[in-house]
Amino acid sequence: MAETIVVTSGKGGVGKTTTSASIACGLARHGKRVAVIDFDIGLRNLDLIMGCERRVVYDFVNVIQGDCTLKQALIKDKRIESLYVLAASQTRDKDALTADGVRGVLDGLAADGFEYIICDSPAGIEKGAHLAMYFADRAVVVVNPEVSSVRDSDRILGLLASKTQRAEQGNGGVKEHLLLTRYSPSRVAGGEMLSVNDVKEILGLDVVGVVPESPDVLSASNAGVPVILNDGSNAALAYQDAVSRLLGETVPLRFIEEPKKGFLARMFGL
Amino acid sequence: MDLLALFRKPPSTASVAKERLRIIVAQERGARGSPDYLPLLRRELLEVIRRYVNVDPSAVQINLGRDDGHEVLELSVALPQGRARR
Repeated sequence: MAETIVVTSGKGGVGKTTTSASIACGLARHGKRVAVIDFDIGLRNLDLIMGCERRVVYDFVNVIQGDCTLKQALIKDKRIESLYVLAASQTRDKDALTADGVRGVLDGLAADGFEYIICDSPAGIEKGAHLAMYFADRAVVVVNPEVSSVRDSDRILGLLASKTQRAEQGNGGVKEHLLLTRYSPSRVAGGEMLSVNDVKEILGLDVVGVVPESPDVLSASNAGVPVILNDGSNAALAYQDAVSRLLGETVPLRFIEEPKKGFLARMFGL
Repeated sequence: MDLLALFRKPPSTASVAKERLRIIVAQERGARGSPDYLPLLRRELLEVIRRYVNVDPSAVQINLGRDDGHEVLELSVALPQGRARR
């Protein structure tokens, strides 16, 4: 039984693709068979973040339109055995993605023994975003601790609660998780940034992860290696914790407090 | 002059953000369940009213409430002070 998880946010640039890539890698490192799909038709980017951009031959729309088989379009990750990527098409045809087509691909992946299907949603609330969430069992809502991101994600929560298959069938709806990115504990301590609890309270969601602001995220995308694989990085550890929580483990939140300064550091303002 | 104000810290920007979000999110969630035609209805009613009275766009409030199993469409128009111009 495959579980479909949509990574969504409404607002662009908050870290959906970074999160999709890292969650997919993390689940696969737990031995799960995982496919991660880029739903951003026309603006393919997941392949770059995953580092497989030169191996894209067929894409999501090719599969839907029957130009190739699902197997031909799945790109096997070179680092993790059980991880596959399905790239977005670069077509400008907005109608290339259809509900039946997406359903067919998801069913095909489930039949092929995939345990997790991660849907990397495009920004906005248009067709791509709608179809990325429509078949989801769970949703990871990526939010920056910033007013426009929080408001947009609440809009997405409204859509998850009404415009998804689970909502329409009335069987419990989509399970929603909050994942905060670009979190800066020192700015929170200084009263300049919304805290985890503020965002949690405003949106009324369970927190599945808090990823600290980190230069490693940019380095990871430069290199085409999902940041979760950079074991020395706090961002990687935070994503690893988030993956454990998605798998049902109870893991305390890390990196949400400002590191305590020692006596000397305080004395000399270091 | 309020001398105490000199010592009082202004609210942090994060708490301002939280308060603004709390209000707008509650307002948008409230509107979520309501039918799609309400904004259009509001706009058209405003047009008609403005043919007779020069009211401010924010003066027309439409609310859909629920009362004992039936829905109540509540319309309130705040008329400008004094005589209607025009």
